[in-house]
Amino acid sequence: MAGHSHFSPANVEEYFEFTAEGRKRIIYAFVAGVVALLVGIYLLSRGEGHEVVQAAAEHGAEHGEHLSGGAVSHHGDYDWTNRIWANVWLNGVYFTGIAVIGMFFVSIQYLAKAGWSSVLKRVPEAFPRFLMITGPILILTFILKGDVIFHWMHHGITDKGSEHYDKIIAGKSGYLNFGFFLGRMVVFFVLWLLLWSWMRKKSIDEDLNGGTTNFYDMVKIATGFIVVMGISSSMSAWDWVMSIDTHWFSTMFGWYMFSSWHVTGLATITLTVLLLKDKGYMQYVNFNHLHDLGKFMFAFSIFWTYVWFEQFLLIYYANFPEETIYFLERWEGHDKLYKATEILNVVFNFFFPFLVMMTRDAKRTAIFLKICCCFILVGHYLDFYQMIMPGVLGPHGGFGLVEFGMVTIFASAFIYIVSSELTKASLVAKNHPFLEEALHHDI
Amino acid sequence: MSHVVSPIRETLVSGGKSYHDVTNDICKQVEGAPTKEWKIAFGVSLVVFAYGAYCLFWTWWQGIGVWGLNKTVGWAWDITNFVWWVGIGHAGTLISAVLLLFRQKWRTSINRAAEAMTIFAVLCAASFILAHMGRPWLFHWALPLPNTFGSLWVNFNSPLVWDVFAISTYLSVSLVFWYLGLVPDLATIRDRAQTKASKFWYGLFSLGWNGSAKTWARYEYVSLILAGISTPLVLSVHTIVSMDFATSVIPGWHTTIFPPYFVAGAIFSGFAMVQSLLLITRVVFKLEDYITIEHIEMMNIIITVTGSIVGIAYLTEFFIAWYSGVEYESYCFVNRATGPYWWAYWMMMSCNVISPQLFWFKKLRTSILVSFILSVIVNIGMWFERFVIIVSSLHRDYIPSSWAMFSPTMYDIGDYIFSFGLFFTLFFLFAKFLPVINMFEVKSVMKGVSTNYPFKKKQGGEKSKENVH
Repeated sequence: MAGHSHFSPANVEEYFEFTAEGRKRIIYAFVAGVVALLVGIYLLSRGEGHEVVQAAAEHGAEHGEHLSGGAVSHHGDYDWTNRIWANVWLNGVYFTGIAVIGMFFVSIQYLAKAGWSSVLKRVPEAFPRFLMITGPILILTFILKGDVIFHWMHHGITDKGSEHYDKIIAGKSGYLNFGFFLGRMVVFFVLWLLLWSWMRKKSIDEDLNGGTTNFYDMVKIATGFIVVMGISSSMSAWDWVMSIDTHWFSTMFGWYMFSSWHVTGLATITLTVLLLKDKGYMQYVNFNHLHDLGKFMFAFSIFWTYVWFEQFLLIYYANFPEETIYFLERWEGHDKLYKATEILNVVFNFFFPFLVMMTRDAKRTAIFLKICCCFILVGHYLDFYQMIMPGVLGPHGGFGLVEFGMVTIFASAFIYIVSSELTKASLVAKNHPFLEEALHHDI
Repeated sequence: MSHVVSPIRETLVSGGKSYHDVTNDICKQVEGAPTKEWKIAFGVSLVVFAYGAYCLFWTWWQGIGVWGLNKTVGWAWDITNFVWWVGIGHAGTLISAVLLLFRQKWRTSINRAAEAMTIFAVLCAASFILAHMGRPWLFHWALPLPNTFGSLWVNFNSPLVWDVFAISTYLSVSLVFWYLGLVPDLATIRDRAQTKASKFWYGLFSLGWNGSAKTWARYEYVSLILAGISTPLVLSVHTIVSMDFATSVIPGWHTTIFPPYFVAGAIFSGFAMVQSLLLITRVVFKLEDYITIEHIEMMNIIITVTGSIVGIAYLTEFFIAWYSGVEYESYCFVNRATGPYWWAYWMMMSCNVISPQLFWFKKLRTSILVSFILSVIVNIGMWFERFVIIVSSLHRDYIPSSWAMFSPTMYDIGDYIFSFGLFFTLFFLFAKFLPVINMFEVKSVMKGVSTNYPFKKKQGGEKSKENVH
């Protein structure tokens, strides 16, 4: 059989070199993001576009009932700095998703005993390191500026005597309260990171010592993580995103946000592999593996659409005002501020990947995959934008330097952290028991 | 597909079988005279079928007034049974299509029986649609056919009409997929046939299969395309079934998680039914070398995963019912768990969510007896799930003066028994006259997974086996 090998596993060890040049570029991007953000903040503080905002705000006030209970519905409390915090939250949640899906992907591969992916598992395995950045950011933002993001944190909203008293929100205070929320958040991040670092340790140990003990341990860790993720993915969706529109609820929401995270993570994995290949690394990852990644992106884009559409259809069909408000706000609320993003959301995340990735050839062609990854990444950023901004900012939302600066900062930080994590282990898990299968993968 | 197989993979065909052994072992049932066990089992099914057919006849003769429905609970066993059977009908196509796309080799020993079971289960489900139509001879009115009654069309806004489309499409595609998969095996039987009659019949249905490379190439292409078509179909069917409920404004029914949660539940019950049937088949037909402990364990793992997904959905619904602050919704769920139908609710919870967790223990999920008992329990639980959703949501509606309970009559029960008779009669006919295991697919994966190919077991193979346990 050895004759069929493209190379013998003995010399597959390959290390990613995070060059000074590469570091410099990422740091430049980071600095550019910071500059854009600062200019954006300056412009915001000067009230750039103030008239438009004012008009929209007045318009919104007329149709005050066209809101699903987001923080912004608290009239008079809006401050221009809210937009900065909303962006921190948006990017924090989005990149947390990409990072944690890295672990999810690896876990699924172990649990399902998938062979083909063993050749590229080091890439998703590096992602969860970024949770060490987004975790503290989200936790601190919640502690310091939670009332900007969450309507239910407004002062006096659950006090019967207060003028801000809101009966519906008060009814949820058993779940939505500072301590419990913070506790859940910390527990999720700690569990994710602990399981990941445990898995990572075993994975690197396997490189050094071989054998199959580590493999079976990793299957167990993966199983544990899947159980944790099964619960935490839904709860984090309710907490971090659904509770922004505090009055509104949907049983689908947990799986909806998870499906958005999932396909974003898959696109990030694919794009990272392709970029590493462009740099001359991972030549043993061939078009068969890319084809499989492409199939995943295709399938889970459809899955996202399925979940998005079912949620929409059932709410639309039953036509309960307290539920339809969510879509009305995004479709025609705030002077149709969010209508364009709502349309782009479906175009980027469904029509584009569905039509482009339909054929076998497209999934085996690097440039098609790359374009599709970019569309999915942008599309799901917009998806999270749609989930978060209307509730937090309402008529004050928009796309400006603050948005572009913030996402550049987060993205460059993600690339930096993941790149340095990639240097810490060989790019191929050379003692993975399924490596030989993956190297001969041919579909 | 590559034939490099990691030494730590479990073998899927044991007993050192050669290709010829596979043909012999599986054709044996088809070619030999019916065994005594088969005759008894088939006879019992026929008796059950006959009794059920009488009940169904009486339902049609008298009208559905013979059921226990009342003005509050207008839907009960009929729709429960329908959803239950449709759910069971998910596993076959899932195994053959989705697992084919995922290149799961272990599917090859079980897909044939699972697909057959799917088709029979969908037929059973369809029988409840016909049963509760009242005038089944007008069933074609459910289709949007041009007619002479003016512009009289079906209500395209109704999920019940979507159901008609979804299920009839699903049945057709599953049937084609199953039949196509049978063709090469039918040709094998034709080529071995001793009697004129079997040569004729198997020859007729094998469509002149000649086994040339070109035929095989076309065949592979078609199966992949059909798998691609079936995958969205299998997901769409229970999605649309769930919409029969979720598009309404009944508390406990209108909830957005229904579509994926119903699909997960359907896969759950479908796998459990496949497990029950295969555990019997493997013993009766002595197929232990093809349906190994590894297969059983894999199915148990899927049962646990889907059962847990269903569990998360139950808890999500319960939580959101409270979180929403909607009084009706909260009441509905509290009533399910503590009201007069509490026993049905806890039956569902313990069978569907708690019992599959036993499979976390390797010892239990590799035990044949435990697997069998649990697979039956799961399907009992899934029946109660539908009963809980349907009856407990309806029986206490918006007007307390209309609150009522449902009690089944012998015709509710008899029509349900009919579906069992139908199902098992068809299944036993299938098991006798068609190969229950897909011979050519098993052969196609044997190189990697049979004990007959010891060169696959490199050094370390034994060592790794120890680690498994």
